[in-house]
Amino acid sequence: MPFGNTHNNFKLNYKVEEEYPDLSKHNNHMAKVLTKELYGKLRDKQTPNGFTLDDVIQTGVDNPGHPFIMTVGCVAGDEESYEVFKDLLDPIISDRHNGYKATDKHKTDLNFENLKGGDDLDPAYVLSSRVRTGRSIKGFTLPPHSSRGERRGIEKLSVEALTSLDGEFKGKYYPLKSMTDAEQEQLINDHFLFDKPVSPLLTCAGMARDWPDGRGIWHNDNKTFLVWVNEEDHLRVISMQQGGNMREVFRRFCVGLQKIEAIFKKHNHGFMWNEHLGYILTCPSNLGTGLRGGVHVKLPKLSTHAKFDEILTRLRLQKRGTGGVDTASVGGVFDISNADRLGSSEVSQVQLVVDGVKLMVEMEKKLEKGEAIDSMIPAQK
Amino acid sequence: MASSFTRLISGRNTAALLASLGAGTMAAGFLMSETGPLAADKKTKLYPPSSDFPDLRKHNNCMAAALTPAIYAKLRDKVTPNNWTLDQSIQTGVDNPGHPFIKTVGCVAGDEESYEVFAELFDPVIKDRHNGYDPRTMKHPTDLDSSKITNAVFDENYVLSSRVRTGRSIRGLSLPPACSRAERREVERVVVTALAGLKGDLAGRYYGLGDMTEKEQQQLIDDHFLFDKPVSPLLTCAFMARDWPDARGIWHNNEKTFLIWVNEEDHTRVISMEKGGNMKRVFERFCRGLKQVEHLIQERGWEFMWNERLGYILTCPSNLGTGLRAGVHVRLPKLSQDPRFSKILDNLRLQKRGTGGVDTAATGDTFDISNNDRLGKSEVELVQLLVDGVNHLIECEKKLEKGQDIKVPAPITQFRK
Repeated sequence: MPFGNTHNNFKLNYKVEEEYPDLSKHNNHMAKVLTKELYGKLRDKQTPNGFTLDDVIQTGVDNPGHPFIMTVGCVAGDEESYEVFKDLLDPIISDRHNGYKATDKHKTDLNFENLKGGDDLDPAYVLSSRVRTGRSIKGFTLPPHSSRGERRGIEKLSVEALTSLDGEFKGKYYPLKSMTDAEQEQLINDHFLFDKPVSPLLTCAGMARDWPDGRGIWHNDNKTFLVWVNEEDHLRVISMQQGGNMREVFRRFCVGLQKIEAIFKKHNHGFMWNEHLGYILTCPSNLGTGLRGGVHVKLPKLSTHAKFDEILTRLRLQKRGTGGVDTASVGGVFDISNADRLGSSEVSQVQLVVDGVKLMVEMEKKLEKGEAIDSMIPAQK
Repeated sequence: MASSFTRLISGRNTAALLASLGAGTMAAGFLMSETGPLAADKKTKLYPPSSDFPDLRKHNNCMAAALTPAIYAKLRDKVTPNNWTLDQSIQTGVDNPGHPFIKTVGCVAGDEESYEVFAELFDPVIKDRHNGYDPRTMKHPTDLDSSKITNAVFDENYVLSSRVRTGRSIRGLSLPPACSRAERREVERVVVTALAGLKGDLAGRYYGLGDMTEKEQQQLIDDHFLFDKPVSPLLTCAFMARDWPDARGIWHNNEKTFLIWVNEEDHTRVISMEKGGNMKRVFERFCRGLKQVEHLIQERGWEFMWNERLGYILTCPSNLGTGLRAGVHVRLPKLSQDPRFSKILDNLRLQKRGTGGVDTAATGDTFDISNNDRLGKSEVELVQLLVDGVNHLIECEKKLEKGQDIKVPAPITQFRK
């Protein structure tokens, strides 16, 4: 699934130009890279789990994209996709991740003690702090390809691992298909509940199949550590809290992740990782750390400053609205997070957020006093 | 199957672990572990059908009613000659649990052979949907002789427009849920080449969805001809919107009375329509056009999918047989307010829809009234049934206008014996 490797050999009866998709109106990374020649070279291949080139690119074919926003346009169906289709995925990865080369190595650093500072972001401006990443479980195919049996297997393993946690991580699992109305209401109010994907970027990649079978949300009793099971990745792991103590958020993130990983490893199902691509996730944009560390921060003056976007770029940060990706900011409050995922470690990415947000809050304060900020604008990081 | 796992496992502890976590899935995981990937065929053995059987407890569709774990186990690992699978056929029904009041079909065919390879599922679904029609024992009659139709010119004080539609599939090419881009483009090529051979009142032209100008698009919208990318999850979950708008298009004759959709929910949807109440002419053109198109594709060595068990083969089991929906837009202000309206329609084997088509509400007193049935009765029979029914409805309306009472007609029998 979704479209069946089975049909792939049948397609080979047709010439390359007959099967090659029409990408003339497309603006995504896949469309930029996939020439007819490359399509011809890769179309008879499939991963050991039967994921094919057309499976990889279907979402990019079905979603031509927007002139201003460059989406990735392809997904992996399993760990091996990144190897079997490397001639397509390596250039896309390079494009998306600042020229990352096929020979580059990615550094993983989940030692929270290596983070400097981060516990003193001004809570008058920084309303909340959050770090998220994804993890894929070795031995299973990824959401675009997984069968119901596999998805349930992933859920079962994940629930076992998570419910064995204790202390600050003691919590409970809520399967999507059997939660009560009261539970659902509470999860919505806590901003924890994820819904069936409506974005065609996800649905065209086959990730919403069999919803809500095998999907659920786990969170600790303190509501500061949260895991989504079988949404866009096997696991999405989130650490969050109100206020600006990013250091504490990151500590809990690292500790929780390592506890969970240890349990999976015991069952011979460690996380998918290699030294070139770091953590393997469904979308090539999330390779490496898969980490998005960010804050909701009030920057009404700075956000309207002519150099705001320039500052963000130099700090290697990105802005989003407070509803997350593809939403607009409300009341001058922005979601500011790291732009990079691959080629730098977790610690260094969170460090960029901590340092960058600290600087921007200083700039905001200066602008409030009517002072200029030009001398504060940093060099490109 | 279990024994092959236990051979590889040593130790009581591991066995206990596996047992506690659910034998099928966890055995698979344990074996895969760090030692590398497993081939697809090995995997199907490691995940028994029971681990993959969909949770259909909240579902209300024909597929969910028919699919038992035993049938699933038997069919899960089969493929059609085009390599289409059961899981692909049922995905739309798994993803769309349905509504307590509306029973959808919940499965699609990927190719002609699906109906045979997965007959153990499709036969009960067909029986459920088509009033007990049994493909194992019954034959479907095909009759496109429009001269047999009588009384088919309606009172235009009531009937605003008349329309007949059906679908046709090109034998040898996979259906919209399964087709590759090359196959879809081939369907388009075969059909458009054939249509270019139509002459006289049927002469027309093709508008590819991807290449039409803004002006052409606006005109097609104004004519109510343009179809859009499917948004209904019933269709998108059945993979029918892939690669949109590649190889999709609309052909219509210059008079705008004969229209063909290419590669939407079926290879082709064929529509004959006109304003007013002359259903006789609409059906005559329908039959003539269909026969000519069939002749034109046969000249090039192609044919329509058809067999005597199921009639014309289409993507959705609900459209098997004739695939025919004959209908009118008709004003019935008084009758539609009468509490017996639904029962009358039921007994006449008619259905009502809003004037926007399926799943729309009626505006004012104008309804889309069409035949319920598709399989087990011929085109001529169904159109005559619609004609007689509409005439009866108009008679009822006229009676009610005069303050007279109406009677609910006796129900029409289901199948020709």
